[in-house]
Amino acid sequence: MKVSYYPGCSLEGTAKSDYAESLHAIAKAFDIQLEEVRDWHCCGASAAHSINHRASIELAGNIVSLSSKLPHEDLLVPCPMCFNRLKTAVNALKEARAEQYRVQLGDEIPNIWGFAEYFSTPDMLEQIIQQVVKPLKDLKVVCYYGCMSNRPPEITGAEDHENPQIMERILDKLGATVLDWPYKTDCCGASMVLSKPGIVHVLVGKLYDMARRVGADAVVVSCQMCHMNLDMYQTQIETTWEKKFDLPIYYFSELIGLACGIKGAEKWISKHITESLSLLDRLGLLKSNVTPQVEAVA
Amino acid sequence: MESALKPDFQFLDEVESHGPFEAAACYQCRKCTNGCPVTFAMDLYPDQVIRKVILGQKDDVLRCSTIWVCATCETCTTRCPNDVKIAEIMDCLKEMAARQNIPVPQPQARILHQTFLKNIRRHGRVFEGELMAEYLITSGQLMPKFKDGTLMDDMKLGINLLRKGKMPVIPKIHKGRKFVSEILKD
Ligand code: SF4
Ligand code: SF4
Repeated sequence: MKVSYYPGCSLEGTAKSDYAESLHAIAKAFDIQLEEVRDWHCCGASAAHSINHRASIELAGNIVSLSSKLPHEDLLVPCPMCFNRLKTAVNALKEARAEQYRVQLGDEIPNIWGFAEYFSTPDMLEQIIQQVVKPLKDLKVVCYYGCMSNRPPEITGAEDHENPQIMERILDKLGATVLDWPYKTDCCGASMVLSKPGIVHVLVGKLYDMARRVGADAVVVSCQMCHMNLDMYQTQIETTWEKKFDLPIYYFSELIGLACGIKGAEKWISKHITESLSLLDRLGLLKSNVTPQVEAVA
Repeated sequence: MESALKPDFQFLDEVESHGPFEAAACYQCRKCTNGCPVTFAMDLYPDQVIRKVILGQKDDVLRCSTIWVCATCETCTTRCPNDVKIAEIMDCLKEMAARQNIPVPQPQARILHQTFLKNIRRHGRVFEGELMAEYLITSGQLMPKFKDGTLMDDMKLGINLLRKGKMPVIPKIHKGRKFVSEILKD
């Protein structure tokens, strides 16, 4: 099956060697061909919607417009921020005041999907069951969604925005132990990690703390901004909290890859800043089952 | 945030002209504030911002740090029983304050957004390494970060990202760039 694909900027940068590569590999394994939207550009992210509303609608709207030039029904968007901005633009460009913007949309626009959402349809779950070769036995995780794939639900179309189940369904099929917890859709602080790191340390520390309290050994995410805030700064946040959390942060796609025996899974996971392979090794989930080369966090 | 009452009765209309945000529907239940994850760092609570918009307390809301601390998590907008678009009002106030160059107590968030837009205007897609460096310089954090040692952490992280294939060293050339610089001209 062929679908349109809008990677978004960070999938070419900080989320390239883990998130992007794992998505490409699992798509291939499930026979989904990703056709990149031609001449795509940045959606404007939080900067545009914060200080230039018009540009935020026009930039994101143009991406939808570019994607409708491809002949596919579905548009897959791995970054929840882009997903949210694209959906917001579609909404704004359908309203009565749409003519104030310099971008217009035709009648035919693709269905916009988050990647995790796409992999959690009944049909895909069925296919996942068939491809699992190494169930993630004894891997105790909590799923963390953050804000953008869920809120506001009138924009995102999220089914259960206070208690989403998308990744839970996937992880359950992969054989992991998925624990319930109250912070699934709490905020990680997103780009404030640069402008107000102190705030992010508080928000993310609370997440780690709760994940550990409910007995999780790892957190699973579907957002590269959440991943960045939870994975890259863990040592600093532990210092602020004067507490060791030692929590690997996995992308749902990496775990699909791992459980389905897709080549590359261990490599993607080795690209995290927080060491994330030894937990899997202890549980006997690595293919090689030899002690992984643990790259020290410099 | 105490100031003599100088209401600007046009202000609610001015804000709503960028909406509709339904600010006037607020009945002060504070549900927005109770679910907000960053109230601990705010000088005005979200419900107070809405109230002050209604009361025309323009200076208070354009100068507060709350609008820049708001993470746009959309919890407030999602939960408001009266469909007040609180997060969207926060954005609208940010844009007004930025366009009018109103001084903010801690301008980092605004500088980050401005640097980001400059970056994509230049490249069409975010070039993360350059963005981080430029932001550190323009926000005046280079020296303080050098002094408290966190610059070293950032540099180590940068090297780590480079090693792990998460930090391209040259920006991609692509055709979408022109559109972005056109849109961001004004
Ligand atoms: S939740 Fe809505 S009605 Fe309640 S105080 Fe906030 S803005 Fe007003
Ligand atoms: S959008 Fe802003 S004001 Fe609303 S709950 Fe989130 S951080 Fe608070």
